[in-house]
Amino acid sequence: MTSPPALSIRDLSKSFGPARIINGVSLDIAPGERHAIIGPNGAGKSTLFNLISGLYFPTQGSVLLNGQKISGLPPHQINRMGLSRSFQVSNIFTNMTVRENVRCGVLNTMGLGYSFWSNIGANKAAHAKTFEILERCGLSDKANVPASLLPYADQRSLEIAITIAGNPDVILLDEPTAGMSQSETARAVELIAKATEGKTLLIVEHDMGVIFNLADRISVLVYGEILATGTPQEIRGNAEVREAYLGDEALPEELA
Amino acid sequence: MSTTQESFDYSAHIPSNAEKFRQRTLPLLIFAAILVAIPLTGPSRTVYTLMHQMGINIVLALSYNMLLGRAGLLSFGHAVYFGFGGYFAMHAMNWIADGSGIWADFPVFLLPVLGFGAGALAGAVIGWPSCRRAGTTFAMISLGVAELIASGAFMFDSFFGGEQGISGDRMNGPELFGLTLGPISQVYWFIAFWTVVGVVGMYAFTRTPLGKLSEATRDNPQRVQFIGYNPQRVRYLVFIFSGGFAGLAGAMAAVNYEIFTPDAFSLVPSGFILIMAYVGGITYFVGPIFGAILLTYMQSMMSDFTDAWLLYLGVLFISIVMFAPRGLAGIVFGFSAGLRGPRPRAFLITWLTQLAGVALMLIGLIVLVEIAVRWSNGYGEVFAPFGLPLAQANPLSWLLVVAPAIAGVALSRRAARMREAQA
Repeated sequence: MTSPPALSIRDLSKSFGPARIINGVSLDIAPGERHAIIGPNGAGKSTLFNLISGLYFPTQGSVLLNGQKISGLPPHQINRMGLSRSFQVSNIFTNMTVRENVRCGVLNTMGLGYSFWSNIGANKAAHAKTFEILERCGLSDKANVPASLLPYADQRSLEIAITIAGNPDVILLDEPTAGMSQSETARAVELIAKATEGKTLLIVEHDMGVIFNLADRISVLVYGEILATGTPQEIRGNAEVREAYLGDEALPEELA
Repeated sequence: MSTTQESFDYSAHIPSNAEKFRQRTLPLLIFAAILVAIPLTGPSRTVYTLMHQMGINIVLALSYNMLLGRAGLLSFGHAVYFGFGGYFAMHAMNWIADGSGIWADFPVFLLPVLGFGAGALAGAVIGWPSCRRAGTTFAMISLGVAELIASGAFMFDSFFGGEQGISGDRMNGPELFGLTLGPISQVYWFIAFWTVVGVVGMYAFTRTPLGKLSEATRDNPQRVQFIGYNPQRVRYLVFIFSGGFAGLAGAMAAVNYEIFTPDAFSLVPSGFILIMAYVGGITYFVGPIFGAILLTYMQSMMSDFTDAWLLYLGVLFISIVMFAPRGLAGIVFGFSAGLRGPRPRAFLITWLTQLAGVALMLIGLIVLVEIAVRWSNGYGEVFAPFGLPLAQANPLSWLLVVAPAIAGVALSRRAARMREAQA
């Protein structure tokens, strides 16, 4: 018996009115795999993420997490089943400090639910877990900075910190390095590799360097359909992909 | 790798016990100590009456801020939960007076517990449909519900008592702490006790996971879903607690006034609660306490001085919304932060310039309003501050409107330029 794929997308479609944004996407991602989705703007990458994470309901098809159907469930239930996601635009709790942001992310795994009878400040386990995450994301020295005052790159790190705080099995990262400088991107890649160790990762990214560095496999999404799936080498060599997406863009050979 | 991370010493990054005591416990102890000390000054009956109203309004404004400040829910109908708590306490007071069954052993002193239950129950029923959405939808539903209950209160006489309401007598049932609750000085201890319980309870709520999730839901309901929580459920639970504390304040009012009328449900008290919380400062926990104290004082004292006090209240509210959105608490904490800042002298000068500007504008406004009110009343009454008669036909009157106003605006602009230069 082989274990079911960590994430299984089956014939998934989504229409907004007459516009079919996602059209019959099927994809299996094995436990521990790092899978990247690339594609031109408007290919439906973010829509696919919203379908998987429960923000949208699919028009057709289904999504399975460790063999259990999650499509049709509300986002918070999907999250509790072990799937967490980040956002393309920093989506943090702006009026809280960095520490409080991450602490909100760990509440659920601490078994605290909607508790109104315990003092969160006195919860040592929650503090320890929070600082473990902060330390892993390089944010512990900024723990008490209001999140809204963080520099952009740190906000992106916080975005990832909140995403991994709930100790998910499957992590979806939506363009984690968007808008970062080269050195910031390099740091972010290191952080992502470290933070998602042993987890299943699905990542949308535009930066080819990041993708060829991180991903075990790559899927190319064009007009809501998967054009090709394969290892970075296979995708690199695929003529169809080059034509449809990569175009003349020189691939960073040194990163291959 | 994981062992070094788990043993990371985070104690430097979280508030120490000494800091927690100084910033959290100590202010509450001081607040309680002030309440204990007040009777030692031998307050008059008027002062007692005023302070009881303040205590009730402090709990009420704080309960409202659980929604507006902490959960980002703008409600126009918070008096509904106050009203249900108060009415239920009124009925219970009469059951105690009848003394049948368990009511024979129920002390009036504990009525706020029942008020909390009634307010929370009202919150649980009304919040079920209304907490599905935040924002405009929530605000509109709260307005609709408030109108509905306010008009319904005049229809169901057996519970609401019609126009004359329900009245009772608090001097019945078993005594607690040796308090008969007869004389006003004894009612004071009842009010003080429940004010402290309300303040401490609502502060403690902000420290719980649900309290934190409430702030998270206010900031970003979408992200709350992706940390495994349902924002609708967070709002709903907070709404129930908020209703409960409003009901607690209602029961305090029931014992204090021994009467509740359907007017308690109307939009006027709901609006007043909103103004108290906002003027005090909704981003601070203590904000609504400041607001409740100031506005209760204005409500009972300023109406003795001027017919136009509601107009001044409106001007205060609009000014706070436009120029000091963090409210009185924001002004107070901003002032103390400025004095501890890098250039306290420059800050103080700017601040005093601004204060003088505001004071001058206020003089212009007061002269204008007071002359206008008397003119409009048509009794031939003349506004005479400090014995100086200022009739509407007197050019000096209008000079005293225009000159301070212009000077005040000029000083305020100067203060604004000084702030810019310092920034």
